[in-house]
Amino acid sequence: MISDLWILATASLVAVACSMVGSFLILRRQSLLGDAISHSVLLGIVLAFLATDSRSLPVMLSGAVLIGLTTAWLSDQLHKTGQLQSDASIGIVFTLFFAVGVILISLYAGDIDLDQECVLYGEIAFVPFDTVIWGDLKTGIDLGPRAFWMILIVFAAVLASVVVFYQRLQTVTFHPTLAVSLGINVVFWHYFMMTLVSMTTVASFDAVGAILVVALLVIPASTAYLLAKSLKQMLWMAAGFAELAVLIGYALAFWLDSSISASIAVSAGIVLLAVVVQQQFYQRRLRTQTAIQSPLSAN
Amino acid sequence: MNSSLVSAQPPIRVTNLSMRYHYKPVLTDVSFEIPEGKTIAIIGPNGAGKSTLLKGMMELEPLIEGQVEFFGQPLANKRLTTAYVPQREEIDWDFPIDVMDVVLMGRHGQLKFWQRPSAQDKQIAEQALKDLKMWEFRDRQISQLSGGQQQRVFLARALAQQANLYLMDEPFAGVDMATEKAIIGLFHTLKAQGKTIVCVHHDLNTVDTYFDWVLMINARLVAAGPVETTLTPENLQKTFGSRLSLLNDLTETMYRTRLNQAHDHD
Repeated sequence: MISDLWILATASLVAVACSMVGSFLILRRQSLLGDAISHSVLLGIVLAFLATDSRSLPVMLSGAVLIGLTTAWLSDQLHKTGQLQSDASIGIVFTLFFAVGVILISLYAGDIDLDQECVLYGEIAFVPFDTVIWGDLKTGIDLGPRAFWMILIVFAAVLASVVVFYQRLQTVTFHPTLAVSLGINVVFWHYFMMTLVSMTTVASFDAVGAILVVALLVIPASTAYLLAKSLKQMLWMAAGFAELAVLIGYALAFWLDSSISASIAVSAGIVLLAVVVQQQFYQRRLRTQTAIQSPLSAN
Repeated sequence: MNSSLVSAQPPIRVTNLSMRYHYKPVLTDVSFEIPEGKTIAIIGPNGAGKSTLLKGMMELEPLIEGQVEFFGQPLANKRLTTAYVPQREEIDWDFPIDVMDVVLMGRHGQLKFWQRPSAQDKQIAEQALKDLKMWEFRDRQISQLSGGQQQRVFLARALAQQANLYLMDEPFAGVDMATEKAIIGLFHTLKAQGKTIVCVHHDLNTVDTYFDWVLMINARLVAAGPVETTLTPENLQKTFGSRLSLLNDLTETMYRTRLNQAHDHD
């Protein structure tokens, strides 16, 4: 029962943090870059681990942020100086980084507490077993799952950034050229956003893995995009849809006795589909209504 | 003219400006100065580099060579007093944002990055929306506005910036009569305050009624000066190349005005 709560709490924080970052990615048309960073941070984690022999939070985060920003910068350089399409350059860089990460894991498999399956798909059901212990291993106090604390800290950082820098992020996202003309440093805010993406994806790794984190970055935010009338509304809606997907997904996984993270991703997709269908239905009804009304109003 | 009212430095001085797009020269060796407190049109055929010139001046696209000074200073010192209105096509109209928030962006240059717009900022934005007769639309999402209304929102944003110099990229393109009137009204108000307006303009028919000055451009600067002396048939021919294209442009604009008049009678 307690472990169920830990899983739900971790999944909720992952989903909501991803939905916030994802909303900005969608609006900036950079969901592919989010996808890229979520994969390439793997290399960051592995390198950080090999360099320091530690799995502590600051080490993992700095490794991920470093490689995440390198991904964004390198794809941009490849696009600009190499004259390649921007989506192609992103695809080249992140797959390369991810592949190097996978090779490193298999080379040092014995030394690294990272399993390839787990990295790709995540296993949130195991989250409660890897806990943080305050003090001695035997007598210390069990503070709860490591993954939970990690995403909690990152969630707090993302939330604080969005709240404090809301105005700037809105301007830069809405119209970068206009932001430049107002003297705002657009490049700084781009890399700031990429830092948030890197931190969020690495903290979501344990829970949902590199592939499914993309679903949480993109789907709830896209669902909200279909309905929202303002950025604030979009962020709230995306968080709501993310949480809904977690709850439905958890129930689905329980019922089917299958992977929790995959069920959450599927539920997010189902919610999106439901919204699309509802919107089509609503628009059709609106059209038939106006079609009925217009001959009358013409008279 | 009272010379003491005219500041020593012109609002814009461009010296030997050259720009390229993918190795292809777009503008070569453009130099001009514009006077303060006037409305200035930039005209020229499609692909002549009108928008590019505006973007180059605003440092939105790189210059190959040349200098741009605003009141004798680099743009970095004059950003807040220079308002830029981009072309309507460059804006993501599906973005979830309402009219008021767009106009408040005009105040962002004055705010530190953690600050929210103050009551005074909101009042300035409100006045700007009222000036452009868009106040009742303040809560609308921008996607729910007509083309002309969208243009007015962006002009209100520029107005809220309280700049001395306004650079606008085709504000009259594809707008309705109400918006055209609102923009002209805005020009009069700004001019009365001694502010300078530079517009990329496509409609040759209205240049002499809406603008005091004209910059004629076709990859180079063809002519610059007051409309009465500069907008001559020779200069027009030099700018628009062959007689045929000029004729086409004029017939098109005439056709458009007739069309508008026809609509007005409806």
